[in-house]
Amino acid sequence: MSWLIKSSIGRKFIMSISGLFMILFLLFHMSMNLALVFSLEAYDKICELLGANWYAIIGTLVLAAGFAVHIIYAIMLTLQNRKARGKERYESSSKTPTQWSSKNMFILGLSILLFLILHLYQLWYNMQFKELIGDPTAVSKGSELVVGLFQNSWVVLVYLAAFVLLWFHLTHGFWSALHTIGWSNKVWLKRIKVIGNIFATLILIGFSIIPIYLHFAY
Amino acid sequence: MDKNINIKLRIWRQKGPKEKGAFETYELENVYQGSSFLEMLDILNNKLICEGKEPVAFDHDCREGICGMCSLYINGHPHGPDEDVTTCQLHMRKFNDGDTITIEPWRSAGFPIIKDLMVDRSAFDKIIQAGGYVSVNTGGAPDANTIPIEKDKADAAMDAAACIGCGACVAACKNGSAMLFVAAKVSHLALLPQGRIEAAKRAKAMVAKMDELGFGNCTNTGACEIECPKNISITNIARLNREFLKAKFKD
Repeated sequence: MSWLIKSSIGRKFIMSISGLFMILFLLFHMSMNLALVFSLEAYDKICELLGANWYAIIGTLVLAAGFAVHIIYAIMLTLQNRKARGKERYESSSKTPTQWSSKNMFILGLSILLFLILHLYQLWYNMQFKELIGDPTAVSKGSELVVGLFQNSWVVLVYLAAFVLLWFHLTHGFWSALHTIGWSNKVWLKRIKVIGNIFATLILIGFSIIPIYLHFAY
Repeated sequence: MDKNINIKLRIWRQKGPKEKGAFETYELENVYQGSSFLEMLDILNNKLICEGKEPVAFDHDCREGICGMCSLYINGHPHGPDEDVTTCQLHMRKFNDGDTITIEPWRSAGFPIIKDLMVDRSAFDKIIQAGGYVSVNTGGAPDANTIPIEKDKADAAMDAAACIGCGACVAACKNGSAMLFVAAKVSHLALLPQGRIEAAKRAKAMVAKMDELGFGNCTNTGACEIECPKNISITNIARLNREFLKAKFKD
């Protein structure tokens, strides 16, 4: 199985699979969080379910591994690609009309990673992590923490900005992942691009509703 | 109507592979817009030779868009600003009076510069030698339709076979990736019954060679497809990925 690391398509395959795995996670994360809009108690119940128990811990570890693989491969691929481009750069900047997001996936990913660190620190650290290490200040009612957090307009704006970056990342990432696996042809290329755009927009709307709603409702 | 224009050229000059290169500016007057881009460079070289200077080295051969020898990165486009043509088919009517035209060689780690605007594209030959062929001697051309091939497959194979191996895909790619070239070669053989037999072996060998020669990893930006003078579709890249992954999972 060393071809997964040694060959370019193998590395891209890993990138695609880990990306698609996170796409599934985003769907799960979004549907779970949307509970906040309907009922705070329902959200707290979900938080309890995903607290310090074995299923949730294993889930978190698998997820973290997925992120780590995606990030490590992104760095590896980007460095290799910079090397392959050669030392000398073109003087005239490229006029090829390519999609903006496709050329900036690494920067988009990096910004999303920075947001992720903030997000983990603000929420996950106070919820699952503190409960795991038995810290008495661990938050038992997740909804209180979240509602409190989104009273700050700056936090809401930062979250919304991150969702927009995620939208750009997904509009390229979704179809590109399927293309790399080989699930694309003359007919389906257009379709997976459209499906990708719809999916990215759904994720953007689904996630954005939550901070906006919580900010104004409480 | 075509008229005569005055232009300024900024051309990359480099004495040899290891020498340091730099841009030089040349002015050309009364260039007929009906002349091709390479004819314009011929005029420039003629002028340089008459002045006792070193002419600009650039690759060219058939000058009818089928040999894949011409190159040049012109004003931010491989093969210049025209659509779906090679540099030899680009005409001066795409430029206006007073324009400054920047001409650079292909830039990629896989294509080292030989001199001025010439780059070494023998890496593509090495990739072809790794598996871009049918191993057995198939004899003379058989009668048409002795081997039935579906129309859509025959068309797709023909479209992929249109690749002339000029390297514009690598030149356009921000990753210096040769995936479009390899995909076209793998596709046109994999789609036909004669080439199908060795499809798995070929995909593995050609991709391994491509990686070995230092080309980058494809990130599906699609710049190659846009700049390809032969309109090779990136769906060929999906086919190459499919062929390669299928072959590897079978092992």
